[in-house]
Amino acid sequence: MSMEEKQNSQTSLDFNQNIFKPTSREEIVEIVKNCYKKNIPLEINGLKSKNKIGRNFQSEKTLDLSEFKGIIDYKPEELYIKVKAGTPLKEIIEELDKNNQQLAFEPNDFGYLFSGESNSGSIGGVVSCNFAGSRRFKVGSVRDHILGFQGINGKGETIKSGGTVVKNVTGYDLSKLVSGSFGTLTILTELSIKVLPKPETSKTLIIKNPHLKKALDFLGKALSSSTDPSGGVFYPDYFGKNFVLNDLTHDGGLTAIRIEGPINSVDQRLKKLSKELSLLDQELSILDNEQSNIFWSRTKNLEVFKKLESNLSRIVLPISETLPVIQKLKSYDIKYFVDWGGCLIWAAFETLNAKILGDIKEIVKKHQGYITLIKIEDDLKASADIFTIDPIKYKISEKIKRSFDPKRIFNPGKMYTGI
Amino acid sequence: MSTLQMPKVDNAIMSKKDKIALDLRGIINSKNVLSNPDELRPFETDGLTAYRKMPLLVVMPETVEEVSQILKYCNENKVKVVPRGAGTGLSGGSMPLEDCVLMAMGKFNKIIEIDYENRCVVTQPCVTNLAITHAVQDKGFYYAPDPSSQIACSIGGNVAENSGGVHSLKYGATTNNLLGIEVVLMDGTITKFGGKAMDAEGYDFLGLMTGSEGLLGVITEVTVKILKSPEVVKAALVGFPSIEDAGNCVAQIIAEGCIPAGMEIMDKALTKATNDYSKAGYPTDAEAMMIIEFDGTEHEVEAYIQKAKEIAEKNNSSSLKISKSNEERLKFWAGRKAAFPACGVLAPDYMCMDGSIPRGKLAEVLNEISRLSKKYNLPVANAFHAGDGNLHPLIMFDANDKESLRKCEEFGADILKYCVKVGGALTGEHGVGIEKRELMCEAFNDRDIQQQLTIKVALDPNSLLNPGKVYPILRKCAEEGRVHVHGGKTKFPDIPRF
Repeated sequence: MSMEEKQNSQTSLDFNQNIFKPTSREEIVEIVKNCYKKNIPLEINGLKSKNKIGRNFQSEKTLDLSEFKGIIDYKPEELYIKVKAGTPLKEIIEELDKNNQQLAFEPNDFGYLFSGESNSGSIGGVVSCNFAGSRRFKVGSVRDHILGFQGINGKGETIKSGGTVVKNVTGYDLSKLVSGSFGTLTILTELSIKVLPKPETSKTLIIKNPHLKKALDFLGKALSSSTDPSGGVFYPDYFGKNFVLNDLTHDGGLTAIRIEGPINSVDQRLKKLSKELSLLDQELSILDNEQSNIFWSRTKNLEVFKKLESNLSRIVLPISETLPVIQKLKSYDIKYFVDWGGCLIWAAFETLNAKILGDIKEIVKKHQGYITLIKIEDDLKASADIFTIDPIKYKISEKIKRSFDPKRIFNPGKMYTGI
Repeated sequence: MSTLQMPKVDNAIMSKKDKIALDLRGIINSKNVLSNPDELRPFETDGLTAYRKMPLLVVMPETVEEVSQILKYCNENKVKVVPRGAGTGLSGGSMPLEDCVLMAMGKFNKIIEIDYENRCVVTQPCVTNLAITHAVQDKGFYYAPDPSSQIACSIGGNVAENSGGVHSLKYGATTNNLLGIEVVLMDGTITKFGGKAMDAEGYDFLGLMTGSEGLLGVITEVTVKILKSPEVVKAALVGFPSIEDAGNCVAQIIAEGCIPAGMEIMDKALTKATNDYSKAGYPTDAEAMMIIEFDGTEHEVEAYIQKAKEIAEKNNSSSLKISKSNEERLKFWAGRKAAFPACGVLAPDYMCMDGSIPRGKLAEVLNEISRLSKKYNLPVANAFHAGDGNLHPLIMFDANDKESLRKCEEFGADILKYCVKVGGALTGEHGVGIEKRELMCEAFNDRDIQQQLTIKVALDPNSLLNPGKVYPILRKCAEEGRVHVHGGKTKFPDIPRF
């Protein structure tokens, strides 16, 4: 036992409690060591904005990281921020705002969906879920912005990977592996995240158009053009009314394309884009910076699904497959919108049961994509697979899980049975 | 050269060479199994030419099924396997072991599919990096990561090393431009991670495999995203009276919110050497020279280049030229791209280091390198991907003089240790390989390394795939060799290196 580990056991934790709220890494280490020794499964939570995503699982104790928070180091000129994992995303964004910087991956705020109001969660939760917003196709996902992390593995050992510099190929890139692992591999304690300057301005071209096929055509062309868009969505007719904005002169179905950068450049690119998309005979609106930001914030917050009572799924596909998949899904009474320039469908199903779910998964798989159930009725949740995995990857995942968490004490079963 | 400790040679395997060759000839076309020393010789080293070992055998599979069967056979018979792409790596990642089967992937050299609608290319791993861009450029697309050896390095090797390049500042390294791979694990399992859809569900095995230096699996297919080529590309060539001024200029450009496509610095020694070599028209009286490149639409590039110009002037720039044509821009780059051969002219040998540091520490680290240069009495020239803090010092020495070599190796190790000390990394883009293996404990403690080794064991329990690479064998921070070039001759003298 190292000196450091010995010191770890000097905290005064009460192990009879069911919810631990540690404020130091030493406490987390002590909790995990204890759970490892006694085979106690732990549910790991941050600000609970996304804890309903994933399978139901049994846990004896809860590790609540909401008090394990704070900005450790922020170097705007080095383009990184280092924070404790329980730090609210909101706090990080506010701090970056002061220097006109941002987290370019614009993570979704699931608070509106689950509770009707904003709860963007903790940074640890954002990384653990790896759900990126509309800028995904341009800047990458959450995992592409994680420079390094420190975490506690299932034996209570403190481990790290990466660092704070952008270029680093020293050893396996474990930052990628822990991103999107839903807290099943390690308890994240510290995260070093790449930050980027905010664009000088953002404008959004909105094309009045109720047709999915036409929308995907616009989005495909826009994303393949040198105008370099940073957002592309399609909202069908039934969601058009959700976007009442001063500069938006029409309602109904819409295709929106965002262009960001220096003002002159944005205007030039918008002009070029309109020409490339042959929009002369279309009804258009252009949202200026402020309204553009509101529009994309509503998209990021999934506000059209605010307090949704039915099921919500997230379907990711190559753009070529989006049209056939939506056409097939229409027979299941869905409401949807398309993000990521045509590659992501947020689809709400009025009714869902095991049979329908199986059919839908089959359709999505056939079209080279995957479906993740984000919100699901309790009855179905007990039996349904939230994530999908093939037997080979299951076997590999099982081995990787054991290499981090040999006794399966971290969120056991949250992703898959037995993992 | 100094001796390099590699995993213990398995004499039982060595003595079964003929039997193993025979068995492998039963699995794949017999002419694709090489066993004569003359045939094996070309495979004895990669881009890190200081170290050489003849492999036991070389196999050149043609299909993923063959790769799978060979690995399965080797796994069952406890034969070590070293995968190899184009063999241009600079850290010795594909250096053979005496008792290994070297799996040369050269026959996987075809582009499988160009999918413009989904903006991606599906390719076999031994297609060169540049060939991907060549295949799509007529439609105005390109593949963004551009390691300087892109004319020769393979895309599979890029995945294994997570290669970067001059433009990774804006566009990221390989890992950020990859959609999917097909991999064969040591037990012969064939699987795909990722695909044409972004961010596959479940553990990010695509991210884990990228940069794993051939220790976790053999890559048999790669899907990369392609981007629309920018409309306009312009560069500024700026001279500074001190390294500090250049360093401050970099920090301010970043802080102002302009992210250039590339931002390179060379010190006075290298500026002079490359200018003499390539007649690039560099400001040779400047203590530091910088190339700042922007790409995008016309207005965007114009706005950024003006901003960069203002910032450079505020930081005492002594000269400043903005490219007026693409030819002029390429001329700016010509000297920078000739950094390696230019050093070959100055000294019989040089070692190229690859450290990564916080941008703000540039002046401090260069001053330390300059101090060490005096201490070891060896000249050094510095090239630097300044935008993302990736430093390439070129230490000049004479390999025929054992003392000179020893000093060079110590010098190199001292630089990398200093990079880690100021908050940087041992390697920014060349990989750990055998070169920096023993320095891993500078960056990681035992538990960090143990966690990584546990992952290795989970996927390759017998540690047969590319053993002796990345993780320390000596368990002490010994000084090992760097990219070693003798008489100006690299293994591939015509490939640009920077």
